[in-house]
Amino acid sequence: MNFCIRLFIVSIFLLLAGCSGESGNWGWYVIDPSTKSGWTNIKFLVGGFGATILVSLLAAFISIILGLIVALPSLSSSWILRSCNRIYVEFIRAIPLLPMLFWVFYGLPVIFKSLGLQVEIDAFWGAVITLAVSDSAFTAEIYRAGIQSIAKGQREAAQTIGLSYFQSMRYVIFPQALRRILPPLANQFIYIVKMSAFASVIGMQELTRRANEIVVTEYRPLEIYTLLIFEYLVLVLVISFGVRWLEKKLGSNESNMN
Amino acid sequence: MGPVIEMREVSKYFGSFKALNSVNLEVSKGEKVVVCGPSGSGKSTLVRCISRLEKHDEGTLEVLGSILTNDEKTSRAIKSKVSMVFQQFNLFPHLSVLDNLILGPTKALGLSRKDALDRAYMFLERVKIPEQADKKPGLLSGGQQQRVAIARALCLEPEIMLFDEPTSALDPEMIAEVLDVILDLAKEGMTMVVVTHEMGFARKAADRVIFMDEGEILEENTPTNFFKKPQTERSKLFLNQVLNY
Repeated sequence: MNFCIRLFIVSIFLLLAGCSGESGNWGWYVIDPSTKSGWTNIKFLVGGFGATILVSLLAAFISIILGLIVALPSLSSSWILRSCNRIYVEFIRAIPLLPMLFWVFYGLPVIFKSLGLQVEIDAFWGAVITLAVSDSAFTAEIYRAGIQSIAKGQREAAQTIGLSYFQSMRYVIFPQALRRILPPLANQFIYIVKMSAFASVIGMQELTRRANEIVVTEYRPLEIYTLLIFEYLVLVLVISFGVRWLEKKLGSNESNMN
Repeated sequence: MGPVIEMREVSKYFGSFKALNSVNLEVSKGEKVVVCGPSGSGKSTLVRCISRLEKHDEGTLEVLGSILTNDEKTSRAIKSKVSMVFQQFNLFPHLSVLDNLILGPTKALGLSRKDALDRAYMFLERVKIPEQADKKPGLLSGGQQQRVAIARALCLEPEIMLFDEPTSALDPEMIAEVLDVILDLAKEGMTMVVVTHEMGFARKAADRVIFMDEGEILEENTPTNFFKKPQTERSKLFLNQVLNY
């Protein structure tokens, strides 16, 4: 992403300086909707939204469930369960996204093959699995912090009215923790959306990949990557807006809480 | 009929700190026992052991005919038969008063929602706040919250009620309304162990006063005798500090 941010700053700088591409002019014609080829390019670039959104949503959904499964052992009184959680979180959190993506896309099929299993991992599922697993270590920590922030007395009260461990989680602890968990979870979702750009390197036809392909044929990196950045900006702003709305809704519901 | 709570040589450690030191105690059905003593004397630990919020390390603890070991299964035997009221109320802030009350009966006892609601309204009447049923606990005063907590405990129809300093977190003018509710319960014959500094309550309600210090029971006495002629120097000193301020 750094790369994109730098490009953005450079493009602003160039714009201010009045210079542009090699011809000495901005080449906005590549994405000019009034020309036929420009319109075709725009349609192709914007067509990547679907894949980016689908990958991000699926990855976020899996990560939210996987994160919870990973987080629960961390709350246990058994040190064995707690260390299982620690090992998972520390290990997964330490792997950079790109190497993990390569490992899943190129490496995992080899493992399946050696086990005699015919499992194909295409670019789409490779990206979903990598993003979800990589993110689950972070969501697990968010769950743990949220659940641990609920006062011990709540758990004790649940126990004295006869609730089992899972009942007290389900009816007492988790609903209260949710309010605290939601904002950082939303953060993670935005992070997933942005990291999905990495899926372009294994050939998934999402926003970044499509931009790269047009750049190769048109040789107009500045204009196309500028559009790309704005595509992500729109996506993230929509998510932020949705989350604010959700938080407000939840917050006003629970304004009666201590 | 034997005692409903029987502790024999019960000890409890927090690390190297001995919170309970060979405690022996018997409580019979319908008896009201007030436990008092300076802070850190082990009174809370005592009731928390009975309610299984803490596990004891040594000795035998028998509640309602079941010997409680630190195996989780044994504490299930007394589940919802022993109820507890906390100093900090510990109401569930995300649920309405009514939902606080029916959670235990519906989920732990398996009552239908309708039966649980009937029961909840009955006990809300009893603690004199039926009009607050639909509010969130955060909107109630401390005294009202504690009465809701008592109603929540009663909704399980327990055989023993434990109170852990039920009025210590309350503003002075709210103490009476909570003590009145507990006193009514006492009159109806509920077996209860009350940890409290309210000596007036001990005088009115208790069959027996227990004085604890440093994890040991130093004195067991009737309230009249306890206040008139305490048997140990430590309890004399304690009473002086509590009563003559």
